[in-house]
Amino acid sequence: MNPDASTLALASIEFDLGAIEEGQSVTILWRGLPVFVRHRTQAEIDEAKAVPMSDLKDPATDESRTKEGHEQWLIMIANCTHLGCIPVGESGEFDGWACPCHGSQFDTAGRIRKGPAPTNLVVPPYEFISDTLVQIG
Amino acid sequence: MSEHSTYTPGSGIEKWLDERLPIIRFSKEHLMDFPTPKNLNYWWTFGAILVMCLGIQIVTGVILAMHYTPNIGMAFDSVEHIRRDVNGGRMIQSFHAVGASMFFAAVYIHIFRGMYFGSYKAPREILWILGVLIFLLMMATAFMGYVLPWGQMSGWAATVITNIFAAIPIVGTPLLELLRGGFSVGNPTLNRFFSLHYLLPFVIAAVVALHIWALHVPGNNNPIGVDVKDTKRDTLPFHPYYTMKDAFGMVLFLIPFAWFAFFAPDILGHPDNYIQFNSQVTPAHIVPEWYFLPFYAILRAIDFNLLFIDSKLLGVIFFGGSILILFFLPWLDTSKVRSGNFRPMFKWFYWLFVVNFVALTYLGAQPAEGIYVILSKICTAYYFIHFIVILPVLGRIETPRPLPTSISESVLGKAH
Ligand code: HEM
Ligand code: FES
Repeated sequence: MNPDASTLALASIEFDLGAIEEGQSVTILWRGLPVFVRHRTQAEIDEAKAVPMSDLKDPATDESRTKEGHEQWLIMIANCTHLGCIPVGESGEFDGWACPCHGSQFDTAGRIRKGPAPTNLVVPPYEFISDTLVQIG
Repeated sequence: MSEHSTYTPGSGIEKWLDERLPIIRFSKEHLMDFPTPKNLNYWWTFGAILVMCLGIQIVTGVILAMHYTPNIGMAFDSVEHIRRDVNGGRMIQSFHAVGASMFFAAVYIHIFRGMYFGSYKAPREILWILGVLIFLLMMATAFMGYVLPWGQMSGWAATVITNIFAAIPIVGTPLLELLRGGFSVGNPTLNRFFSLHYLLPFVIAAVVALHIWALHVPGNNNPIGVDVKDTKRDTLPFHPYYTMKDAFGMVLFLIPFAWFAFFAPDILGHPDNYIQFNSQVTPAHIVPEWYFLPFYAILRAIDFNLLFIDSKLLGVIFFGGSILILFFLPWLDTSKVRSGNFRPMFKWFYWLFVVNFVALTYLGAQPAEGIYVILSKICTAYYFIHFIVILPVLGRIETPRPLPTSISESVLGKAH
């Protein structure tokens, strides 16, 4: 009854970021999981960098959550790390995401700031193949 | 209680059958002659009402399954097809959906009846434990049934509830993938839920049989909680006295049931469930069905880490613990007196517990912000304190009121 080969076959995808304007997000599917791709504004990046580590439940720097030279791109599995709902973007007290299910709130780097989720939104394994093409998985 | 058997096979064929499969004797002993305390009130009709509810779910469910398609591309439309096109489908579907709510309303009354009258105390511990097991099975069944229409609430309930299991250390993730049949909720999930949703009610029926067996060994508890001393003076045969009382209770229960099913079949549901499941958008207001709200409030109240346990696992521990603690109730309540009527302090704490439970239901439906979060934490703490501190302590410090010497004395006054 475990996942069969046809499910496992969709393990890796390529995605072109070219069409996403600054301040826009899209949600794409990877392994059946929704993935947020957000083109962050400079203000959002600055806000994320200004947060002291001591304020974080699951400490992680903004740098560790993005790829060097591509800091404007935030790519994360969209499921809330609590019980898997999809948080709503550009909302909540931290200008990031707010989860409608049990009230978790994430900042502009997708880090958990408030509510029952124990950890930051998960950054999937991905690589930039070129400036606008990423491979996820 | 076979010593009360008064059955004498009437005809030759009954005698022949009685020597091979004494099913008529069994039915007469357990469904007709069974000695039942003569002071049972209407709270005692809910057992029979629950049997009726299970019957209604099974009959309507089997018919629904003839028209329902367990495939993510077709499930949503097939339920709409049942509601619009299938002959009589509108009523079959609404009786099944409303029936689930009525079933839970009845089971909550039944459980709280047991808690007030101390029906879980010796010698009825196994009876109580089987009841809690039925409650758990009902929750699993109702949850999986709710997933079948494949609306937004269905899909997100499936996502959140299966994720609860992922919090369990080590086995969590493999277990999650096993429950879902994939990394996320999808067609394999729907198929296994349909299969289990069809199976579990019959498992429930089997546990109900054990539950009634365990009831018929010590016999019923009663509102004064005093054991039957003299079968002749203290009891009445189940038929016709309680078959009639139960039948009347069922009729009364069917009035709100029919009102919901005929006039407001969707009032207990959520409009979002009439939007097909979209795994990329969670509806803005996620709330479970009303009967899960108290436990949902407990799950949500835990938003802090404790030592090495993170908030997610801790929430799941409290959530599971809030139901599992019921298994231990017979040993947590240390008082020898069963009925709350004779326990002056317990009575107050009982009603406080009821109010707290209703408050948790209310809080579960509110957004997780501001004062609601704080109140949820207080009510969650009180829920556990009731079981772990108040009940054990009360039994030691409380002086119960004097008990009547017998059931018949409590009904008829002292013998002249
Ligand atoms: C313990 C007894 C049961 C409970 C508590 C229960 C509960 C539920 C619930 C809450 C739903 C969702 C209804 C809706 O929102 O429309 C549902 C749907 C369904 N159930 Fe059950 N059920 C039970 C027994 C059964 C049985 C015995 C069967 C079949 C043998 C069955 C077959 C179905 C089917 C096919 C659906 C999907 C159609 C629909 O959504 O109305 N159920 N059930
Ligand atoms: S799933 Fe997001 S807070 Fe629970």
